[in-house]
Amino acid sequence: MKYVCLSCVIYEKLCIFARLKINLIIMNHYETVFILNPVLSEGQIKEAVKKFEDYLVSKGAEMIHKEDWGLKKLAYPIQKKKSGFYHLFEYKVAGEVIAPFELEFRRDDSIMRYLTVKLDKHAAAWAEKRRVRVKSAKK
Amino acid sequence: MSSIEQQAKGNKQGEVRYLTPLDIETKKEAKYCRFKKNGIKYIDYKDADFLMYLVNEQGKILPRRLTGTSLKYQRKVAQAIKRARHLALMPYVGDMLK
Repeated sequence: MKYVCLSCVIYEKLCIFARLKINLIIMNHYETVFILNPVLSEGQIKEAVKKFEDYLVSKGAEMIHKEDWGLKKLAYPIQKKKSGFYHLFEYKVAGEVIAPFELEFRRDDSIMRYLTVKLDKHAAAWAEKRRVRVKSAKK
Repeated sequence: MSSIEQQAKGNKQGEVRYLTPLDIETKKEAKYCRFKKNGIKYIDYKDADFLMYLVNEQGKILPRRLTGTSLKYQRKVAQAIKRARHLALMPYVGDMLK
C-alpha cells in the first residue's frame, strides 16, 4: 500500500486551483460609442474603425456587434464641427484592456468623443433586443 | 359652498369674505413611475428622442415631482441624460427644444 502525505496532496490541489484561476480571465460586457471627425474620407474612417477593432481583437476581445450610425448632426459643436460619424462597438473583454483602449482613443486625432460603458444584466438584455431590431431593420 | 359672487358680497355682516374662490381644483389622478409601470429596466442613453421627454425646453432634467418617476429610475434617467449629453446626442443647454 502506498502512503501519501496529506499536506502534499492539499498543496498539489491548491496549485492546480491557482493555475486554473490564472487561465480563467473574467470577461466583462462593454459597449463603446465614438465620434469620428467629419472631415475624414470614407477610406480613412474605415481604416480607423478597423484599427480599433483590430486592437480589441488582438487583446483577446470577443466582438459581439458593430454598428455604423453614419454622419449625424451634433447637439452642440465639438472642435468647431457640427457633425460627426458615430460608431458603436459591443464586445466582451477583460477589464484591464479598457484603460489602454481608451488611451488609443485619446491619442488619435480623428476621434472627437468616446464613451465606454460596462453593461449590467439589464443593459445586456436591452442591447440584445436592440441588436435583433437593427438586424431585422437592415433586411 | 356658495358661489363666487355670493362670497364676494358676503351674506351677513361679520362673515369672512374671500377675494379668491375656495374651490381649488386638485389633480385627481395619481402620478406613477412610467418605468415601473411598463417594466423598463434599463434606460438607454443612445435613445435621445425618448430622453427628450424627461427634459424641459432648456435641456434641464425634469424633477421627480413633475414626472412622477421613482427615485431608483430617476437616478438612471439622470445618468442616461448625462451620457447622451457627453456624446452630443442631447444639448447641455438649449432653447426652445420643444
